[in-house]
Amino acid sequence: MMLKNYNFPKKDARLYMSFMYVTFASLLVGGLMGLLQTLSRSGEFQLPFGINYYTILTVHGVILGLVLTTFFIVGFQFALMGKTVGLSDKQRKWAWIAFWTMLVGTIMAAVTILIGEANVLYTFYAPLRAHPAFYIGLALVIVGSWIAVFTNFRQLYVWKKANPGQKSPLLAFMVVINMAMWFIASLGVAISVLVLFIPWSLGYAATINVLLSRTLFWYFGHPLVYFWLLPAYMAWYAIIPKIIGGKLFSDSLARMAFILLLLFSIPVGFHHQLTEPGIDPTWKFIQVVLTFMVVIPSLMTAFSIFATFETTGRRLGHKGLFGWFKNLPWGDVRFFAPFVGMVAFIPGGAGGIVNASHQMNSLIHNTIWVTGHFHLTIATTVILTYFGIAYWLVPHLTGRRLTPRLNKLGIIQTIIWTVGMTIMSTSMHIQGLLGGPRRSDFSNYAGGEQVQTWISYQLAQAVGGTILFIGILLMIYIFIQLAFFAPKGVQEFPIAEEEVDAEPTPKILENWYLWIGITIALILFAYTIPMIDIIKHSPPGSLPFDWPIGRS
Amino acid sequence: MHLHKFEKIWLVFGMASLVLFLLIIGFAAFWKGTHPQSHIETIDPQNVEAHEAFKPENLGLREVADGKYTVNIVASAFNYDFGTDADGKAVKKIRVPKGSTVLFQITTKDVVHGFQVAGTNVNMMVEPGHVSRLETVMKNTGEFTVVCNEYCGVGHHQMFATVEVYE
Repeated sequence: MMLKNYNFPKKDARLYMSFMYVTFASLLVGGLMGLLQTLSRSGEFQLPFGINYYTILTVHGVILGLVLTTFFIVGFQFALMGKTVGLSDKQRKWAWIAFWTMLVGTIMAAVTILIGEANVLYTFYAPLRAHPAFYIGLALVIVGSWIAVFTNFRQLYVWKKANPGQKSPLLAFMVVINMAMWFIASLGVAISVLVLFIPWSLGYAATINVLLSRTLFWYFGHPLVYFWLLPAYMAWYAIIPKIIGGKLFSDSLARMAFILLLLFSIPVGFHHQLTEPGIDPTWKFIQVVLTFMVVIPSLMTAFSIFATFETTGRRLGHKGLFGWFKNLPWGDVRFFAPFVGMVAFIPGGAGGIVNASHQMNSLIHNTIWVTGHFHLTIATTVILTYFGIAYWLVPHLTGRRLTPRLNKLGIIQTIIWTVGMTIMSTSMHIQGLLGGPRRSDFSNYAGGEQVQTWISYQLAQAVGGTILFIGILLMIYIFIQLAFFAPKGVQEFPIAEEEVDAEPTPKILENWYLWIGITIALILFAYTIPMIDIIKHSPPGSLPFDWPIGRS
Repeated sequence: MHLHKFEKIWLVFGMASLVLFLLIIGFAAFWKGTHPQSHIETIDPQNVEAHEAFKPENLGLREVADGKYTVNIVASAFNYDFGTDADGKAVKKIRVPKGSTVLFQITTKDVVHGFQVAGTNVNMMVEPGHVSRLETVMKNTGEFTVVCNEYCGVGHHQMFATVEVYE
């Protein structure tokens, strides 16, 4: 049933496309901000109209890190659920409520930032105080995403009731894992925003507990990056094999990897707080160990992807040790863009090991190395996979085709992205190792040789950033073509099938009580004692500060 | 769940490397004492002068024993207060001889700041209500830029100082 290549009913397609419009509009706005940042920080250009560097930095982080990702993910996941388990009228209504709640929140937060009332960056660390509308807007985005979470849960539940005894479709299972993780993780930031920030920003609470707010933020902040990554993994495991003409490597292995990612993505936030003064080092170390457990599902993923490539190539008759590799469909952008993303994940993951290492972290903490790192992971691995999805998802939804010309433009887009990002990310990594800070406007500091070296790498970042912006413009062009102008036709929604002789998937992999139970147990283990410590030993709270961010 | 033989080898190798890696950083942390800074010492951010180290007269560089120095700093948007020199001017640069042991102690009167002596291992978050502290041996000569590396407001990039290590 799930593999028939029917197009969605119009009503459903319109819903999924709405999320895509917001995604690509965000890409344009956020990308422009990125360009302005790199130009401004090169020291060669000044921002026009007296725009503040930190305003565009806040827009860049919020629009790309929180808005683009969340809208794409929720929309893509709704499409996967619609395709595999179906969407009822009532569920569609809730999905629209989710969309509008998120959009209203986004607009509220965006306007507050643009008028300069929220120069607090996307991490909004207390006691810098933005206008309350910023926090309320963020809260609405999260609440909207929760509506999507429970709609997705309901979709699978209804399907299970209608198909007793059958295992859930793999992609539906993956969506529910990602949404379960997102819900458990975003509770942290929701508590922080609703209980700590909003009353304090409105003046009902005089002070705020800074360390507590940061700890709640990072309880959410690391699973956030897995929330971005898991949809890319969905494509790697269950969609790419179909595109290259192969089968699913192993249904149970894919489920196991997702379960491990659920377990080990949340109880790890302290590795973002290693250089903070108020957290016991032993608990920092425990969370470092838990962080590194994600090495296991990552290795499983790497193995199964390359095993799929090789098995498929050999089955298609390609000979020799590397014949299967040479004959991968390099000319198909639906494969090529995500493949470049996979390659970028090798240096991205290696850099991540440095960041999360208990001691090495102090070499790079808050240097621009970190910015270079996540421009490999989120802004290459994840985003190129999202682009790879959009090349077939958008025309599938609009009843059009990815033409050979658009496919070729997509390949060029991927190459431009790769070149630009290699230049920008590499120079960020090097500058970071030399101590250059992240999140800072251009500055000569006290001058001297060290600062001159930093500035030369900032020039390289401006070159890379400019190339990347050209890539963004090209991507926007391709999106508009696929959405409105490409010839009418049928574009496949690729979902890989299991081998006919595949071994049955163990039932235990779908025991939600068990896996969510272990997830919660791990979180309680990693956070209970340090949280009690933080609250018990908290210093006098912090008054709000408005003037440092330019508010009067 | 069925695993291919090669996959078993791959996972066993991967997990063994992981265990070895974690043992190394654990050994370094618990036996060699290279934990990242965490002193759990609290302070009233509205009254940092009540703390001995952060009284105005105790700010800046002091030699506490032969070759051992303490540097006390109060951070605020957008300045590091290293005290004043003999002429009453704000200190923006401190000088220590090569090979000296230096203890940096810093706290903030307002928002969150960073304190990094770029090119060394001194890199700390500075948070209201907490005292950040790190001791290091300055092994290399040169001029090192001190930067605030946590966003603290629109003048964040103007918050800096210099540490010079001389022969």
